[in-house]
Amino acid sequence: MKPAPFRYRRPASLEEALTLLAGEPGAKVLAGGQSLVPLLNMRLASPETLVDLGGVPGLDTISVDEGGVRVGAMVRHADLLADAAVGAAQPLIPLALSHVAHATIRNLGTTVGSIVHADAAAEMPAVLCLLGGSVEATSVRGTRTVPASQLYAGPLESTLAADEVATSAWFPALGAGEGVGFAEIARRHGDYAMVGVAAHVAPDAVRLGYLSVDDTPTVVDVTGREPEAAEVALAHLDPADDIHATADYRAHLVRVLTGRVLAAAKEMARDRTA
Amino acid sequence: MTGPPEETHDVVLHVNGAAHAVTVPGRRLLSDALRHDCGLTGTHVGCEHGVCGACTVLVDGRPVRSCLVLAVSAQDAEITTVEGLAASDGSLSPVQQAFSDCHGLQCGFCTPGFLTTITAGLRDNPDPTEDEAREMVAGNLCRCTGYQNIVKAVMEAARS
Repeated sequence: MKPAPFRYRRPASLEEALTLLAGEPGAKVLAGGQSLVPLLNMRLASPETLVDLGGVPGLDTISVDEGGVRVGAMVRHADLLADAAVGAAQPLIPLALSHVAHATIRNLGTTVGSIVHADAAAEMPAVLCLLGGSVEATSVRGTRTVPASQLYAGPLESTLAADEVATSAWFPALGAGEGVGFAEIARRHGDYAMVGVAAHVAPDAVRLGYLSVDDTPTVVDVTGREPEAAEVALAHLDPADDIHATADYRAHLVRVLTGRVLAAAKEMARDRTA
Repeated sequence: MTGPPEETHDVVLHVNGAAHAVTVPGRRLLSDALRHDCGLTGTHVGCEHGVCGACTVLVDGRPVRSCLVLAVSAQDAEITTVEGLAASDGSLSPVQQAFSDCHGLQCGFCTPGFLTTITAGLRDNPDPTEDEAREMVAGNLCRCTGYQNIVKAVMEAARS
């Protein structure tokens, strides 16, 4: 349970980090380490070089405007969760973040790191997809904005190139007359969810986001079909058996949680219309 | 094993108010650096992948899993281990005293992680409900006590 040897680099600027990544195809970016270090310890990952973003200034900022919330690469889950302006602009962020692992993990784990780690059982990738957010990716070749809908290639696999750093993620703000909801079932609060569901209700659209059901975060549009929303969603989902839950139980949880989060999101939308 | 010697880094770790100059490879976990390089064996190593919470220490006042931190990346931080909780005359901290009074430990292996976690938890929430006390320790595993006396100790420490 010790990592295999690697070269450790702690660049003092983003430019230096990008140059290191461009020069070393076997390099991996280290942010909060709460997903990567367990993989290193179990030797499921053994990169030749780790490029630690901990010494890069300017990556730990949160900015909120009427358009949305921008979260820098080194912003810890705990700091995003504690930011009242973030919750006021987009209530789904704190609703979901309170389910991200245990508080001790949230103290170091970064939201952007979780998003690009691309675990289908993680909350924030599903939230970013549901809200139609994006990630800003930078390399020596330039900077591009990757919409959440194009960010996930498969389980634990994002579409970012090996030399790109996700410098920030952007979540759209919640508009007037819109509401959101979030619920998940885990055996213990803070453990990986067996199923999680997020809802976004707007005057002209109703969408649901699912985590821990399929290989990637899945967003389903149920506009006009809310009474049978769970069945519509299940037509897009392929729940699997694992040691935590059977496929049948996961489908059951999809049905139960879909109803709950839709009701909560509609209530919030009503409150925000009045 | 052959091959070039592993690259090492000279790092100063600030632990319980003392500076420890150590030379470590990049892959040295903070938990191992505390135990092997600083000689502070109060921090216990359980699962080594962030599940059990036994190795929890405070980094800049916040509880973190020391098995999920590289020692080289902790060089700018103030670290508090279980050895740093008691007063300098050796008298127990309120959380330690409550664990003793409430029988919050049996074998004691998980206890350092609980003590550090609860010390920070009560600083942030000095008057928790029992549910909040339970959530405070939800990330730490104990295989002896069944948790009831640990939750009692949290409530007792909050009263004292």
